[in-house]
Amino acid sequence: MTASANPISKAKGLSKHVNGPGGHLTILQNLDIGVAQEEAVAILGASGSGKSTLLGLLAGLDQPSAGKVWLCGSALDGLDEDGRAALREGRVGFVFQNFQLLPTLNARENVLLPLELSGATRADRIADEALERVGLTARGGHYPRQLSGGEQQRVAIARAFAPRPAILFADEPTGNLDEHTGEQIIDLLLDLRRDSGAALVMVTHDARLAGCCDRRLLMRDGLLEAME
Amino acid sequence: MTAWRFGLRLLRRDWHSGEIYLLAAALVLTVAAITAVGFFTDRIEKAMHRQGGELIAADLALDGSAPAPETYAEQSRTLGLATARTLEFPSVILSGGSPQLVQVKAVDSAYPLRGQLRTRTALDTPPRTVPGGPPRGEAWVESRLLHLLEIAPGDRVRLGEADFKVTRILDYEPDRGGNLFQLAPRVMIDRDDIPATGLVSPASRVNYRLLIAGSADAVERFKDRVIAAPPANTRILDARDARPAFSTAVERASRFLHLATLVTLLVAGAAIALASRRLVDRQTEAVAVMRCLGAHRHLLTRIFVLRLLLFGVVASLIGCLLGWLAQGLLATLLAGWFGPDLPAPSMKPMAIGIITGLIALIGFALPPLLQLAKVPPLRALRRDLGAPRASSAAAVAAAMLALALLIFWQAGDSTLAWKVLVGVSTALAALIGSVVLLVRAAALLAGRTRGIWRLGLAALTRRPTGAVLQIAGFGLGILALLLLAIIRVDLLSSWRDSLPEGAPNRFLINIQPHEVEPLRTFLNDRGIEGSGLFPMIRGRLVQVNGEKVDPDAHRDPRAKRLAAREFNLSWSDRPQADNRIVSGQWWDDPQAPPQLSVEQGLAQTLNLKLGDHLGFWVDGRLIEAPITSLREVQWDSFNVNFFVIATRGLLVRESATHITSFHLPREREALIPELVRSFPSVTLLDVDALMGQVRRIMDRGSLAVEVVFLFTLAAGILVMYAGIQASLEDRRTEHGVLRTLGVGRRKLLGSLAVEFAAAGLLAGLLASGFAQFTGWLLADELFGFEFQFNPQLWVLGVLGSATLIGAAGTLATYPLLIRPPLVTLRRAG
Repeated sequence: MTASANPISKAKGLSKHVNGPGGHLTILQNLDIGVAQEEAVAILGASGSGKSTLLGLLAGLDQPSAGKVWLCGSALDGLDEDGRAALREGRVGFVFQNFQLLPTLNARENVLLPLELSGATRADRIADEALERVGLTARGGHYPRQLSGGEQQRVAIARAFAPRPAILFADEPTGNLDEHTGEQIIDLLLDLRRDSGAALVMVTHDARLAGCCDRRLLMRDGLLEAME
Repeated sequence: MTAWRFGLRLLRRDWHSGEIYLLAAALVLTVAAITAVGFFTDRIEKAMHRQGGELIAADLALDGSAPAPETYAEQSRTLGLATARTLEFPSVILSGGSPQLVQVKAVDSAYPLRGQLRTRTALDTPPRTVPGGPPRGEAWVESRLLHLLEIAPGDRVRLGEADFKVTRILDYEPDRGGNLFQLAPRVMIDRDDIPATGLVSPASRVNYRLLIAGSADAVERFKDRVIAAPPANTRILDARDARPAFSTAVERASRFLHLATLVTLLVAGAAIALASRRLVDRQTEAVAVMRCLGAHRHLLTRIFVLRLLLFGVVASLIGCLLGWLAQGLLATLLAGWFGPDLPAPSMKPMAIGIITGLIALIGFALPPLLQLAKVPPLRALRRDLGAPRASSAAAVAAAMLALALLIFWQAGDSTLAWKVLVGVSTALAALIGSVVLLVRAAALLAGRTRGIWRLGLAALTRRPTGAVLQIAGFGLGILALLLLAIIRVDLLSSWRDSLPEGAPNRFLINIQPHEVEPLRTFLNDRGIEGSGLFPMIRGRLVQVNGEKVDPDAHRDPRAKRLAAREFNLSWSDRPQADNRIVSGQWWDDPQAPPQLSVEQGLAQTLNLKLGDHLGFWVDGRLIEAPITSLREVQWDSFNVNFFVIATRGLLVRESATHITSFHLPREREALIPELVRSFPSVTLLDVDALMGQVRRIMDRGSLAVEVVFLFTLAAGILVMYAGIQASLEDRRTEHGVLRTLGVGRRKLLGSLAVEFAAAGLLAGLLASGFAQFTGWLLADELFGFEFQFNPQLWVLGVLGSATLIGAAGTLATYPLLIRPPLVTLRRAG
């Protein structure tokens, strides 16, 4: 499943096992994947097939039981939790199904969050521009609970793109939205990705959404298959 | 900088979102209670100093057989201190040819520097305070001298070579305390009249005093100078050494106040812990997102610590302000205790309040908050991972360490601190153990019930850890309320009862052996019930375990003084009713071999212990015996009491005078002249004024304790609120789902009432048991009272708790039920 000689994200021989109440469970089994720079990859699959687990491993949020992962040119296996966090800082963006905005911060402060964490200069200006790109300049002072689901996801997208990441991981970005809003969100996400040149790894159930990506992979029985 | 910026911003946002209100309330309350008591006791200490000053009519006195050199008076004046001089000596006064031994006191115009003289112009007029001593040529005398000499105000008396006109009857003299048991009646004259009497020569046995008073700092500086270069044959009297009865009452009030603070600290600590747990639960996802975005653990830890410290300082400052206001209220309540101008407090309690707040916060809240930094970033993708749980052992250890630190610091008394700490640890362990068992019992019961009962009881067991913490929190809250009831109703009234209305207010001393029976008959015939006639023998402690006693070897001034003075010894076959043997054993056999029973305060001061052999110099010979028991004496009962009591065989052959005390109601004052005439050699002492002072301390002190316990009450309510809030998030989802599945509001409301009432019942049951036990422990161990089982407490505790928590919990959760299920689920999701 390697797409490029110089991938932004790569995994080799990746396996993940867990010990649950039902005994030993294999979620991912010796799979390989590579995502080229500026490439958009959709990962499809049934519920519980391990899509989100794979996303978490590729983003360095979790550690594999076996195999190696590289992110932005660095191998993750030699890094501890903080090392992986430092690697993500400013280079990796996230869009979550349930938006994951900090409820105590307003929209603008949520967008500022990754910029301030990475110590970016002109953070305020970048955050304002990002909000403008998602059409929420007027809602910058509103708190997540004062925004609709679609607006919250727009803020999350602005937050993800504000630090100009090299790669964006999206976990069911339209999963909590109605069809119409979902379409608007997808258009926005893909437009911003195209403009920023960031790679995209997106987990989705939605075949139509997956159709907008450069490559589609199907997750089944812990393995990845390429889809036409 | 990033940590500071985030810390400040998140703190500001936390405040706006209301997430830390509960934590803030708990902390503000803790600090307010500590600071209020701190400020207040600081003022009391200063007032005690001043009040103690009344006992020597100054803040400091140089007492010697020669006048203190004028240089000392000059030194004190350069420090801005006021001075006065007095001298005292025994002499004989003459009236119409009949002589009478008297104790003459000559005072200058500045006397007294602290306290006031109270005199009357005739026996039947009310006493009035006067600004200074007698003018030249006049003598003020004690009433018994009028009876002894059969004179009246206006008559003349002769003292040495000078004549004086008796113009006033001396009713109260502030610095009489130290010489309460002096034998001869007092005559007070002007110091400038002394040369005319010709009574004082360099060889005379005269006691001179230089009195000093002023600001505490200046007095302290002067004292340091005097200690560095003391005048010859002079001892320093410090105002802080008060009379036992007075200091016992103040000490008890202070113990109650500290105890109230400790209970507040404990209950508020539980509220802080519960509120922190809720804060951790609510912030887990936000932290997971921050970790996804690249925040490393060190940064998060720094942010949490900074945020907590900033929060702690701000909340503590608010607590200090509240504490300041509360101490103002306490001071108003106690204005009658120390007078209207209670000294201003220092700023030290504020620092103590802030440090206490930070220790409480670090101990109770930091461990769970630090766990947040360990939230795995994967939590942002997978909510099933849950919030990280702090290591129970670490959290408990941190909380206990903080608690121990604060208890020892706040108690100001290591015995009290140990008792509270051991009691609290045992109670908490027992409380949690009992709750675990009760929750399991509820689970068994839930399986055998139906409808709302099943739903309600099962809810207790669905979140076993949460339920245990919640019920333990409720239990602590109810415990605080019940303790308030116990302390307010039982302990304080027991304390007041220790000085009943009929407590002895007159002492008769210097009763000769041949007068014992006639006096007993005199009192019996007039229906006066005395406390019994006790032999009194003067003796000086000269040996401990065969070694000579050297007063100068003691560093403590009180010990120095006690080691140097003569004791009033007595012998008895039985301990007095208000004495309690705290160690060793009282002799049962009147013919027992020589033994001594020593008052425990004296033993502590002089470093005496059971088994020590004491040697007293009595009437020209050495009397020796071992200490076989230590006694606790209720000095504020005003019964006749002794520091040292011996077996009958040891002292019965010594020449003794006797002492008794009795209560004389105001309306029977007329009996006094008859008594004085019938027993002219007996000295009568009136302690009504001192008793009034002690009684005022008790009444006002009780009120002050009740005010401080309002903080405990607030902490109790807060911990219960925190308990209810702790489960609100879980309930949001649960109720949304249950209502979506068709469970009606009424049924859910019923199940909530069952769940909270059951939790309240369990909490009430445990709290009542602990409150009863704590009450007994406090009464018996700490305050030396008789404590009685109180069945009302159980009814109030169990039923009151079930009703209160049932209603409060149901009402607090009710808003979840009136929202449409979709809204509830959305908010939960």
